[in-house]
Amino acid sequence: MYSYTGKILHIDVTNRKTHVQQVSEDFLKRYMGGVSLAARLAYDNTPKGADPLGPDNALCFATSAFAGMMVPVGTKHAVAAKSPLTGFLGDCLASSHFSAAIKRAGYDGIVIKGKADKPVWVFIDDDVVYFNDAADLWGLETFPTEEAIRAKMGDERVRACTIGPAGERLVRFANLTNDRGRQAGRTGLGAVMGAKLIKAVAIRGTKPIKVADPDKLCAIARQLGEIAQTSKTEKYRILGTPANVLAMNRLGILPTRNYQEGEFEGAEKISGEYMHEHYTQKAVACAGCPIACEQMVYVKEGEYGGARTSIDYESLYAVGPNCGVDYMPGVIAAIERCDAYGMDTLSTGVTISWAMECFQRGILTKEDFGGLEPHWGNHQAVVALVKQIAYREGIGDLLAEGVKRAAAKVGKGSEHFAMHVKGLEACGYDARGVQTFALGCAVGTRGPCHNRSLAYEVDIKGEVDRLKAGPDRGKLAKRTEEFAAVFDTVMLCKFIRACFKDIWTEIPQLYTYATGIPLTPDELKLAMERAWNLKKAFNIREGWTKEDDWLPPRWLKDPLPAGGSKGAYVKPEDLRIMIQSYYEARGWTPNGLIPKEKLVALGLEDIAEDIGV
Amino acid sequence: MEKQFQHIICDPDKCVGCQECELACSMAKHQVFDPALSRIRNVRIEPIVMLSVACRLCSDPPCVTACPRNALTQDPEKGIILVDPDLCDGCGWCIEACEFGAILLNPSTKKVEMCDLCADLDEPQCVKYCQKKALYLGVPETVAQKTRREVVSKLLQELVK
Repeated sequence: MYSYTGKILHIDVTNRKTHVQQVSEDFLKRYMGGVSLAARLAYDNTPKGADPLGPDNALCFATSAFAGMMVPVGTKHAVAAKSPLTGFLGDCLASSHFSAAIKRAGYDGIVIKGKADKPVWVFIDDDVVYFNDAADLWGLETFPTEEAIRAKMGDERVRACTIGPAGERLVRFANLTNDRGRQAGRTGLGAVMGAKLIKAVAIRGTKPIKVADPDKLCAIARQLGEIAQTSKTEKYRILGTPANVLAMNRLGILPTRNYQEGEFEGAEKISGEYMHEHYTQKAVACAGCPIACEQMVYVKEGEYGGARTSIDYESLYAVGPNCGVDYMPGVIAAIERCDAYGMDTLSTGVTISWAMECFQRGILTKEDFGGLEPHWGNHQAVVALVKQIAYREGIGDLLAEGVKRAAAKVGKGSEHFAMHVKGLEACGYDARGVQTFALGCAVGTRGPCHNRSLAYEVDIKGEVDRLKAGPDRGKLAKRTEEFAAVFDTVMLCKFIRACFKDIWTEIPQLYTYATGIPLTPDELKLAMERAWNLKKAFNIREGWTKEDDWLPPRWLKDPLPAGGSKGAYVKPEDLRIMIQSYYEARGWTPNGLIPKEKLVALGLEDIAEDIGV
Repeated sequence: MEKQFQHIICDPDKCVGCQECELACSMAKHQVFDPALSRIRNVRIEPIVMLSVACRLCSDPPCVTACPRNALTQDPEKGIILVDPDLCDGCGWCIEACEFGAILLNPSTKKVEMCDLCADLDEPQCVKYCQKKALYLGVPETVAQKTRREVVSKLLQELVK
């Protein structure tokens, strides 16, 4: 076997037992890696109806065919489990040294179940697994935890995936952090690990990785790496994703003041250009990446002096325009604190912006905020709320539940502007101005996501009228989901996507050079459809119905007041038509369920028995 | 003039910490991807300090002096350190003597290895695969020349603005 190891490590932290499951080359070709493999492991190891914060929820890591090798941006891993935010499948991606360490230790995947009797950190030292007392680590922030473990082991090869104070306190959108600033960010997987009383999973992998055709693999890798130095990735290399701030602002879809507006008057002051000019110190890379998009910024002086982190657009919009904040050091500080506490910046920002709108409308008062006055743009209040959420102090305890649960508790009409789908907070494109993406948000298996659905590209590039819905969008949504799924499964960072001429022919070739397993474009396409159906199957088993595929009321009722998408909103009847066209494109029933024959055709016979109709 | 040997130099401003150099090296020398078998190692001190380190082909190299079994010799022409596998027993004294941490003890052969500038290939593979062009071959004098050229051309750009 090349590249793959054929081994899945199972860890039971309740009984401190482990075993290794052997998997065949056929199984690995079928699920490939990444999100697809992680979803399969979650489906097989988490029983129906499991409490997301209970011992039965399996936290599943999966590496990929390209991890730890010279294939540019291929050193990634996925993590999946039942999400404490959505109750459906939570699937995340992260990258860098930790991803390679999984494979170098000899595993294609790791499944962690159970709950420790006291805080532990799990150390996977190639073939041996240790359960270590984490009493001295509990309470530490994310990166200090990783550093403390490395210092304890005295070996830089030890890489760790950790939780911070937010994961320890079961903040429903706590995340998993590895290699300082890489996060399996969304859907609350940090709370899943925190509930197991696992502070960190550390790995020392020392095994070499063999590939089937090194000469051809290296030649293509070098070629791709060279293309990745051209204009095809320039946006990521120079400004990073914050380049989106002004672009989205021009389109009128930059979420502003909790999605009340799509245009932000302070956009210039928190733009990628402004950040680059005044705060960026260096762009750095994940392991195995020749692009280097991570914009490391530093605040030299003032009240946030010393704050240093990496900034991406999605984090920036969430705690910036979305909270009315146009003060860059405040944005940097809020993001830096989220990273340190181990919380999803998007969910944090969107939950805080909901609370700020509650304050604006008098639904929540100064007393509810313990004396804080979270007016729009009050960055001190935003930074203070970030901390209160992480430690569940004051109103932070309510907000730590995520915007869906917080709005249900507070009521008074605040559900109207609780910006979530399935319980996962929205992302950085106002869906009213990109209506194919609105469909993608509604039907997304993990909730609204710019990473799982690339439908906004269809809208923004003008393939369709982005301000209108239409019955042709179902197949476009499917197409962009499966395009994204290739990157999430094979796995490659999506920032290299423009460097391929045709992923459906180039990627199978690269896959075969790495693994020695023949793969045709049609087989890859089928695998992507299988991957998506697998995630959906997990949700159906957990009780999904078509009512779960819908959008927040604001997007369906309130037209955007001004800017490049003025007047746009998603008409509910149009959304219904788009959703039906999507189910049809996927070969599902009008109720969005998967016919047995479909699952059988995808090679998911066992699942057909469970959930097929 | 004391002889200076060309060796791998890393520009910390250009290095992004991707570690492709390590993978290129282990592939060239051992046909696998494994940083632990790489003769060039990337050091990453978070958050923004990163630099790759390989054998600097010192004149009067301390590793050669330190070897109790005379397993190491320096090639007089290229300056690379040659390891006699029959004599090396992996004791590691050379590793302790090296001021740059540039020597690798191969865990399976128990022999030491160091950068030979890919003597058997047309160019060092780490340099070939470094997409950021952070790695290059040089000696202290040429490094200084390069820096001077860069700083002066930058100044001229400012002047013609």
